[in-house]
Amino acid sequence: MTAHGVAIHLENCGKTFANGARALEPTTIDIARGETVVFLGPSGCGKTTMLRIIAGLETPDAGGRVRFGDEDVTDTPIERRNVGMVFQSYALFPNMNVAENIGYGLKIRGIGAAERAQRVAELVTLTGIEGLETRSIDQLSGGQRQRVALARAVAIRPRVLLLDEPLTALDALLRERLRSELNSLLRALGITSVYVTHDQAEAMTLGDRIVVMRKGAIAQIGSPRDIYFAPANRYVAEFVGAANVVEAECRDGALILPGGSLPVAHATPGRAVAMVRPESWSIVPATAATLTGRVETVIFVGDRLRVTIAGAADRPLLVDAPNGLAVAPGQTVGLTVPPGAVRLLAGEAA
Amino acid sequence: MVVAFFLLPMARLIVTGASGPSGIAAYAAILVEPRYRATLINTVVLATATTAAALVVSTIAALFLQRHRFPGRSLLIALLTFPLALPGVVIGFLIILLAGRQGLIGDVTAFAFGEKWVFAYSMQGLFLGYLYFSIPRVILTVMAAVEKLDPALEEAARTLGAQPWAVHRDVILPALMPAFIASGAIAFATAMGAFGTAFTLATNVNVLPMLIYTEFTLSANIAMAAALSVGLGLVTWAALALARSAGGTVAAAG
Ligand SMILES: Nc1ncnc2c1ncn2[C@@H]1O[C@H](COP(=O)(O)OP(=O)(O)OP(=O)(O)O)[C@@H](O)[C@H]1O
Ligand SMILES: [Mg+2]
Repeated sequence: MTAHGVAIHLENCGKTFANGARALEPTTIDIARGETVVFLGPSGCGKTTMLRIIAGLETPDAGGRVRFGDEDVTDTPIERRNVGMVFQSYALFPNMNVAENIGYGLKIRGIGAAERAQRVAELVTLTGIEGLETRSIDQLSGGQRQRVALARAVAIRPRVLLLDEPLTALDALLRERLRSELNSLLRALGITSVYVTHDQAEAMTLGDRIVVMRKGAIAQIGSPRDIYFAPANRYVAEFVGAANVVEAECRDGALILPGGSLPVAHATPGRAVAMVRPESWSIVPATAATLTGRVETVIFVGDRLRVTIAGAADRPLLVDAPNGLAVAPGQTVGLTVPPGAVRLLAGEAA
Repeated sequence: MVVAFFLLPMARLIVTGASGPSGIAAYAAILVEPRYRATLINTVVLATATTAAALVVSTIAALFLQRHRFPGRSLLIALLTFPLALPGVVIGFLIILLAGRQGLIGDVTAFAFGEKWVFAYSMQGLFLGYLYFSIPRVILTVMAAVEKLDPALEEAARTLGAQPWAVHRDVILPALMPAFIASGAIAFATAMGAFGTAFTLATNVNVLPMLIYTEFTLSANIAMAAALSVGLGLVTWAALALARSAGGTVAAAG
């Protein structure tokens, strides 16, 4: 199975439901052939709606167009779009066993029993569910169901694979394992995939690009690195990963904070909103830094210490420190960051 | 106590059935004697046809009601279940009003084709009456099952390439099967034992409950009436047992 699939172009696709609820603002986005794009956002921001528009389960508001490659599929019914979809609830057919579920799309396409069996066997191996072929659905664990749903969706060699929070129903440990498994599977298939999640770790692992959504609109599109290191605004900074967002006056190339000053590259004087990731900070002796604060709490989380420091900025700062560092609450320490790790967020000053 | 309450009359019934002049042979007579056998077959055919028709009508109605929201929808649902409130005699009476000699259908057909259609007292009339009281029993169960269907199942089938009719064949109807079995068994049992409607309508045809009644009151053939009762009970019980083993939750449908 080499790279197949098509590019997806959404043009001004908005969605207003019959009850007047605006689930999606008119949105334009291009997804390249073979790319995995992750839609990331909190509950109710319109991720599923976006996915359903691509699948054909929802029609966009007037003026919206959906194109697969050069083909306009806006008016093509679901059953002829040739998309594979993994539903959040998996939606496996309870009256069919595992093999019948996986083979259903092939059967509907009139593919003969022998060829079908061979293709099902291929997918069973690919998704690692050997031995479960004749099981009924209610005899499967959550992780096994997820694999069957995925196998069923890719069995038809879809042009586009759509996944709606496929791991959300699973417990944390299994989710982490399946996440990397899914990642290598999507790479192996090379298929154009759209993946919806509210879990930023999932988005980071799986996405070639991440689309961060907010209230039915796109907040930022970029690679996981872009999104993490160069968030376009405060919303993205705070939604993806942990972030210290501080508002302060900028003067002489530094932010003026309650606990001292913090040098910033490319600063323009005036009011500014800046972001620093917890892992960018270094805790140093108070005398070795221009910014100082008092250690409030130290939490040992195994691979590192999560330290909160009060008095340095208007809000307590979150700092990740090496787990061998000797710090204790009440201690006054200095804080430094490498140049460039202070990210100014545009147009966000209150 | 409870067991005795249920079992004693039954035991008595079985004994009575064998206590007539022909003894145990009364049971055999149900199958051998043409009049009794014809009645048994009539009743089973009628109950089966009623059940099948009630299932078809209810499924179509339930799927329609699930998919369409319109003003008056809940009123319509309430009306559909209204016959539950009516005793069989009243339903028989309604059928006479509809298809009797002075009935609505008679008047309309007399006007349209110059021929008066009267079928209230035939097998068709009974069928109509039985259907009338069976549909509410079936529709409530089927509607509840339709309500519980995960809409994603239908959507999944369609993304896999299934046309709407294939979705019904492969996904929706199989998912409703337990509800069909459960409500079908209840409809069948009710139709087998319906008396009120039969009493009002069954002048030209014979069904088991009527036969039992006439054997008992007119012919004073108590033993035969008892034997027929046991026969009726057995057929109905077998249908319910079959449904139970097929996985339907019959009790919940009652
Ligand atoms: N059929 C519908 N009718 C009316 N409003 C709807 C319908 N479906 C979704 N909505 C609304 O549209 C908005 C976006 O819904 P959507 O399901 O796309 O969110 P989501 O980002 O997938 O959320 P979640 O993470 O909870 O799944 C929500 O406010 C939701 O209430
Ligand atoms: Mg959703």
